[in-house]
Amino acid sequence: MNILRSETLPLQSSDDIVRARQAVRVWAVEIGFRLVDQTKIVTAASELARNVCDHGGGGILRIEVVEDGERKGLRLTFQDQGPGIPDIDLAMKDGYSTMGGLGLGLGGAKRLVNAFHIESAIGKGTTVSVIKWA
Amino acid sequence: MERIPILKLGNFLLVSIQVDMHDQLALNLQEELTARIVQDNAKGVLIDISALEVVDSFIGRMLANIASMARILDAETVVVGMRPAVAITMVELGLSLPGVRTALNVEKGIEILTSLITRDTDEHPAE
Repeated sequence: MNILRSETLPLQSSDDIVRARQAVRVWAVEIGFRLVDQTKIVTAASELARNVCDHGGGGILRIEVVEDGERKGLRLTFQDQGPGIPDIDLAMKDGYSTMGGLGLGLGGAKRLVNAFHIESAIGKGTTVSVIKWA
Repeated sequence: MERIPILKLGNFLLVSIQVDMHDQLALNLQEELTARIVQDNAKGVLIDISALEVVDSFIGRMLANIASMARILDAETVVVGMRPAVAITMVELGLSLPGVRTALNVEKGIEILTSLITRDTDEHPAE
């Protein structure tokens, strides 16, 4: 898989979440995502960016245009140096929330993309990487 | 401070969300709207989300909260104008907006609100 372009954005505040959504939208349009797929990847980005801000104490989003043979896609990597997730299986479940939210963030975001990868270490932080193909 | 305007329309309040909502804006809207329901003695709230390109779980929760708060204050809420791509995405995300009435556009939303409020008056006639 080749990386054609990339951009890194900070995720600290609620305004950064808005900017992250807008950036993902611009890139998704540029590489030719259909409207429904644009909406899905932007929504997934919003959920995951919010996790970084609310649970991870802030972090970064890396947006990459990737190419695998003929197909192009977007890879989004969300990284924080927060407390980490003790039980990833539990955190992926719908309805699980430690902050009084709806608990749809991780599991919901996974359903909106083609590939989902999560790594977390207690006290070190969490990295979530997703890919959606155009 | 950035605000979302709330318009009075007879017995109803109309809110048209035209900006990409950040969190504080959503919280301000909840507060202002509940205050206006009481102040204007509003019986219904219409929230137009036709300009929203994304409804994530945060905004979904805000819409559900507004509907619950309005109901406690004796007002009905209808969310109107959801884009099809947003509806598809919300269902896959797992957001079904329980307790929130929806309509395709403002006109239909007003019809629903009017019929809900008329029915309510019929069931509890004024003495």
